Amino acid sequence: MPAVRAFKGIGHRVINAVWRIGVASRFFLLILTHSGSGFRRFHLIIKELFSTGVMSLIIIIVAGLFVGMVLGLQGYETLKRYGSESALGSMVALSLVRELGPVVAALLFASRAGSAMTAEIGLMRATEQISAMEMMAVNPIARIVAPRFWAGVISMPLLAAMFSAVGVFGGYLVGVVQIGVDEGSFWSQMQAAVDFREDILNGVLKSFVFGIVVTVIALFEGYDAPPTAEGVSGATTRTVVTSSLAILMLDFVLTAIMFRGN
Amino acid sequence: MSSPVLAEICELNFAYDKRPVLQGINMVFPKGKLIAIMGLSGCGKTTLLRHIGGALKPTKGCVKVDGQVVHDLDQDGLYAMRRKMGMLFQFGALFTDMSVYDNVAFQMREHTDLPEEIIHDLVLMKLHAVGLRGTHSLMPSELSGGMARRVALARTVALDPMLIMYDEPFAGLDPISLTVVGDLIRRLNDALGATSIIVTHDIQESLKIVDYVYFMANGVIEAEGTPDEIRASDKEFVHQFVHGEMDGPVPFHYPGGDYRHDLNLKD
Repeated sequence: MPAVRAFKGIGHRVINAVWRIGVASRFFLLILTHSGSGFRRFHLIIKELFSTGVMSLIIIIVAGLFVGMVLGLQGYETLKRYGSESALGSMVALSLVRELGPVVAALLFASRAGSAMTAEIGLMRATEQISAMEMMAVNPIARIVAPRFWAGVISMPLLAAMFSAVGVFGGYLVGVVQIGVDEGSFWSQMQAAVDFREDILNGVLKSFVFGIVVTVIALFEGYDAPPTAEGVSGATTRTVVTSSLAILMLDFVLTAIMFRGN
Repeated sequence: MSSPVLAEICELNFAYDKRPVLQGINMVFPKGKLIAIMGLSGCGKTTLLRHIGGALKPTKGCVKVDGQVVHDLDQDGLYAMRRKMGMLFQFGALFTDMSVYDNVAFQMREHTDLPEEIIHDLVLMKLHAVGLRGTHSLMPSELSGGMARRVALARTVALDPMLIMYDEPFAGLDPISLTVVGDLIRRLNDALGATSIIVTHDIQESLKIVDYVYFMANGVIEAEGTPDEIRASDKEFVHQFVHGEMDGPVPFHYPGGDYRHDLNLKD
């Protein structure tokens, strides 16, 4: 019966997905329990901060600049209809700080740093480097995974902040320098509209949550990857797809909690 | 083999799911000896090694190292045991993000409080022992296969382990590297007073250096003895393996259906 087979297939996939979420959650707890020894090797976190954070700066800055410039253009066109061009600064800043900064930076982070983490750890498993470490009585969760996790969690909010700052500058370039919106109203409206706790802290909190989710997914997929070329490539793809979907779904949930009724 | 026993395997059984991989294995590894476990690919040799290292738990039976049952140890106990062991993986498994120097220094930094000056001298001494002191600043990607294996060997013996395990140490090596690695395995074992277990299917190189051989096939021990006894063995399996004959107890053809039927030939 094709219908029964399809039903069984769906059931099998759901059970598998729930099982993987359970294993990933346990993996997350393991990272937290081994973070103490990870922090004792702080030089490793610094090294990973360089490869995940600093090396992601170029893509974050370029993307932030262009997103801000597009916001400046589109925002001006929309606000002009209502004669509110002077509100361009607040519109650009709020869009970036509340939404686009955390979300787009996290999507870029998942594609650039998350995929690299998965591929690196997957290849370490495929080439028996993780087994070798275990045989040397060194816990790979503490030595390999925990430093990468904390580097991801620390860099994500900083990258999102960088994205928003550069985006605001992009909006300024288009709105003020190119189109000619009044500079004073651009900055003063922005200063008046953006609330530190309500907007900036909530944005930071979002990017912090995205940092945890993306990094855990990337590390788990790498650690769990079958030790073959197909296994590592499949894990890398899953990291980008799962992280992107998780970011967008979580963004809705967090936005609903943070800004509902405001 | 009358020396005191460092490790032993008693009635070891292991199955992946319900597929038996090891059945009733008994082995002893006396101190100071170099013992080879040989057999065809997939006969359970590496699985056996993983049991000795505590990476797998037996379905039945036990594995003892230095008087302790390995699979009864908790995580801390197992890690304490592994500090006394060394393992050389098939392709070296060097950490690709570290230099040769840092690879060899890895365990010293993780498990000891030695000052960096002493670690420096020890690393260079270990590398000198494998003839690769001059490569200390290179990355693993800059080494040939044979050199990588020798660096991995230096890393394996970094903390002077009492038990050294080698998983296919000769795989993929050219004849010169093969002889060098074989000679190093023997010399390091004797110099350190260690016990070594080599899992391999390279019969000729192994018989030159080992003290005793276990032959495995289909998860059981088919034969055992000293290299001379193995060479003189009249067991069909051992004879086929030692002389590399195409057909024998290990058939050339993988089991399949009727050949004529597969080619759709009419009777």
